[in-house]
Amino acid sequence: MATITSPAGVSAARARVSPSERLAPAAFILPAVLVVLLISIFPLILSLFLSLSRLRFQAGGLEVQFVGLDNYRKLLLGNEQKVLFGTLAEPSLFGWVILAVVGAALASGLYRAARHQPAIAIVGRVFASALLLGLTYLIVATLFAPEGRPGTLVVTMLYVTVGITLQYLIGLGLALLCAQPLPGRRFFRVVFLLPMMITPVGVGYLFRMLADTNKGPLEPLWIALGMQDFAWSNNAWGARVAVMIGDIWQWTPFMFIVLLAAIEAQEVEPVEAAIVDGAGSLDIFRHITLPAILPVSTTLILIRMIEAFKIIDLPNILTNGGPGTATETLTLYAYRIWRALDIGGSAAIAYILLFLVTFIATLYVRTLRSRLGTT
Amino acid sequence: MNPKKIASLVALGTLILAACAAPPAAAPAQPAQPAEQPPAEPGKKFAGVTVNAITFSGPQIAEPMQRRGKEFSEMTGATINVVTVPFADLYQKILNDFATGTNSYDVVVFAPQWMVDYIEPGYLEDLTDRVKADSALQWDDVGLFFRDFSATYNGRIYTIPLDGDFQMVYYRTDIAKELGLQPPKTWDDYIAFAKAVSEKKLTTDDGKPVYGSCIAKKKAAQSYWMITSVASAFIQSQGTGQGAFFDLETFKPLYNNEAFARALEVYKETTQYGPPDEINLDVGDTRGLWTAGQCALTIDWGDIGTLAIEEGSKAKDKTGAVILPGSKQVLDRKTGKLVDCTPELCPHAIDGVNHAPFAAFGGWSGAINKASKPEVKEAAFAYLSYMNQPAQSNVDVTIGKTGFNPYRVSQFKNLDNWLKAGMSEQAAKDYLGAIEASLNSPNMVLDLRIPQNQYYQGIVLDGAIAKFLAGEQDLAATMKEIEDGWEQKTEELDRDKQLAAYRATLGVQK
Repeated sequence: MATITSPAGVSAARARVSPSERLAPAAFILPAVLVVLLISIFPLILSLFLSLSRLRFQAGGLEVQFVGLDNYRKLLLGNEQKVLFGTLAEPSLFGWVILAVVGAALASGLYRAARHQPAIAIVGRVFASALLLGLTYLIVATLFAPEGRPGTLVVTMLYVTVGITLQYLIGLGLALLCAQPLPGRRFFRVVFLLPMMITPVGVGYLFRMLADTNKGPLEPLWIALGMQDFAWSNNAWGARVAVMIGDIWQWTPFMFIVLLAAIEAQEVEPVEAAIVDGAGSLDIFRHITLPAILPVSTTLILIRMIEAFKIIDLPNILTNGGPGTATETLTLYAYRIWRALDIGGSAAIAYILLFLVTFIATLYVRTLRSRLGTT
Repeated sequence: MNPKKIASLVALGTLILAACAAPPAAAPAQPAQPAEQPPAEPGKKFAGVTVNAITFSGPQIAEPMQRRGKEFSEMTGATINVVTVPFADLYQKILNDFATGTNSYDVVVFAPQWMVDYIEPGYLEDLTDRVKADSALQWDDVGLFFRDFSATYNGRIYTIPLDGDFQMVYYRTDIAKELGLQPPKTWDDYIAFAKAVSEKKLTTDDGKPVYGSCIAKKKAAQSYWMITSVASAFIQSQGTGQGAFFDLETFKPLYNNEAFARALEVYKETTQYGPPDEINLDVGDTRGLWTAGQCALTIDWGDIGTLAIEEGSKAKDKTGAVILPGSKQVLDRKTGKLVDCTPELCPHAIDGVNHAPFAAFGGWSGAINKASKPEVKEAAFAYLSYMNQPAQSNVDVTIGKTGFNPYRVSQFKNLDNWLKAGMSEQAAKDYLGAIEASLNSPNMVLDLRIPQNQYYQGIVLDGAIAKFLAGEQDLAATMKEIEDGWEQKTEELDRDKQLAAYRATLGVQK
C-alpha cells in the first residue's frame, strides 16, 4: 500500500534518526570516493603540475622547477609549434569553401542563440565557435592547401574522423549481415571479432610485414602489380593510409559486436508490421532499425572517439611517426619526448589532448542532443 | 540548466578525464623476457644470489648476456635474469627504475653516452677499485679509448665495456672489381660509387635488385648517428679536442653552416641510390639487405663484418671495410664557410682528405646499480668481468648475432679467432684495419655525452633530419630547426654547465 508522508512528517522522522545513522551512508561511501579521487583526480592534478614544471634527475632525487606556461608556450608559439600545428599555407578554393560554409553555419547559430539565450550562454557559444572555426582553419590550411602540411594535431583528428566513420559503416554493414538468418553466421561472428583480440603492437607488426613490398608475404602481388619500387612509407598519404587501414581492421569488430547486439535487441513487432504494410528493406532500416540503434551508436562513437584520440601503437610500430611527421599523433609525440626526459613538455601535450577531446566530445553530445531534441 | 543536464555533463566530463588520464597506451614495448636459468647450486661462490640485468631486446647484446649468464650460473651458482626492452625505451626505463627507487635491475647494459645522466644523480656503483683488483679482466688490454670514453667519468670507472663501436663504410668488393671502382675516400667518391652501381641496375642471383647505397634512415631509430657520420668530416678537422657538435667557447651548435648543409646534401642524395623505402629502414633492415647481397655500400658499426660471414650470407668474402670517407673541404669556424683544406685547417688530412671517424654510440657497456645489495654487487661485477675477459669476449666479438664488436687490443692483433669464425684473411685484415684506422685517428669524433644528449640527438636532430628526408622542409629550415632546438635545451639546462660537461668529454684520452 502506498503511503504519503507530509514534509513535517519527514522532518520528524529525520529528528528521530541518531547522528551515527545519519553519518553512516557518508562513512560507507567515503572510502570509495577517496579511492576514486586518488586513482583518477590526483594523477590529473599532478600531471597538471608537471605540465607547468621542468624536471631534472639530480643526486638524491628529482629537481622540480616551476616554469609556468613555458611548456605550453614552446608547443603553441615556440620551436615545437610546427610539430603540433604543421605548416599552414594559403588554402585551395575547396578549402575556402569549407571554411566559408563552417563560418556561415557558426554565425547563423550564434545569431539564433543571441535571440533566445541568456548572455552567459552566448559567451560560451562565442568561445566554442571561435575555437571550432580555428580548428577548421587549421585543417583547411594544412590539408586543403597545396603548400600546407598537417601537424600532429590534425593528423590525430584525421585518424579519429576517418577511422571512426569507416569503422562504424563497416561494422554496421557486417552487423546487418550477421543479423540475417544466413548459414555460417555464428562462425563469422567469431571470425570478425578476432582482430580486436590481438594487441595493437601485434597488429602494428602484422601490418608492417604485410605492407613490406620487398620482403613481405604480399611481395608477389606487389610485383605483379608493378609496385615493387613503390614504398608506401616514403609517401605521407601512403603511410597515413597504412596506419588507418590497420586501425580500421582492428577496431571495426568492436563496432560490429555492439551494433549486432543492438540490432538483435530491437523490437520485432514494428519490423513485422512494416513488412505487412509492404515496406522495403531500405525503408525498414531507415525508419525502424536506425532510430532503434541510434542511442547505442552515439555512445559507441563517443567511446571510440575518446579512445581513438590516444592512438600510438600503430604509427609507432609501422613508421615511428614518419615519413617526417606525416603519421605522428599527439600521443606518439608526447611519448617520444617523454622518453627523452622532457616530462613537463609531455604532460603539456597530454593536457592539450585532454582539452581537445573534451571540446570535441562535448560538441558532439550537444549537437546530437539538439538534433534529436533530447534533454 | 537543469540538474539532470548538469549531472550528465559532469558524468561526460569525468568519463573523458578518466580516459585521458589513463597511462599512455601500453608502451609499444616487447614484454620482458627473463632468461631461463638453472636453479642455484649450494656450495658455489654465489649460490642463492640473483642478479637482474636489463638491456635492449636484440637479439644482439641480449643473446651473449643470456648465454654467458647461463655459463656463469653453472660456475658460480648465481642466477642471472636478463630482461630486455626495445632500444628506444631503454634509456628511460633504466632512469625510471633508478629514480623511483624501484631498483629492479642490478646490472644495466646501455650506451655509455647516457652514463652522465645516471652517474650525476648517483645511481651507478663506482667500479674503480674492483677493476684494479681484478687481474682476470686484463684491463690494459681493453682499448684506451674504450677504457676512457665507455668506462670512465670524471676519472672514475663506472662501466665495463662489452663492445667497441665505430661507424665505417662497407663496400662490396666483387662489385667494385666488376665496375672498376675504388673504395670511397671522400663522400663525393661514395656518391659516385653508389650512382655507378645504381645505373648499372645489377641484380642478385635470385633476381632481386642491388642498390647503390643502403643507409638506415628511419625516424626515431639510428638516423641521427648516420648523418653525424657524414657531417663529421666536414665539421671537425683539428683533432678530437675540437669537437663536432658545439663551439668550445660559446656552446653554440655547429649544425647551421655550409659544412652541415653539404653533409645534408650528401645524405639526401644517397637516398636516390637506395632501396625505395630507405627512409623507413633501421639498421636491422639494412643489415638484412646487406647479407642478402642487395647493397653495394652501407654505413654501419662493426656488426656487418661478422654478419657477412654467417651462414646464409650472400656477402661472404665480398665485404670490404674502410674508414668513414672524408672531405677535401671543411668548416672554417671563424667564417662559417666551407673552405678547401690547408695544412693549417686540416693538419691530420691524408692526401688532402680530412677524415673524422665517428665513435657513434661508443659500444655497449655494463654498470652496476649502487642500490643493490653488497653480495649482489659482487656477483654482478663477477658476471660483467666474466663477459669482458678475453677468453669470452675474443670469441663473442667474432659472432655476428652477439652485436659485440672488437674493443681489446689483442682482438686486433690476433687473427686466429677471426679466421676460425669463417672470415678470410683478407676480409679480417680489411675489417680490423678499418676499425683500427678509426680508433687510431687523431681526428676521431666523440659522440655527444652531455646531460640529456638523448633530447639533443634523439628528438631535435632526428626530428629535423626526418622532415628533411621526407621533403617537409628545406636545408635552411632543417639547420635552423636543429640550432633553435639545441639552443632552447641548452638555455633550459644552463649553458655553462653544458659547456663544462662537453669540454670534459672532449678531454678524453684516446
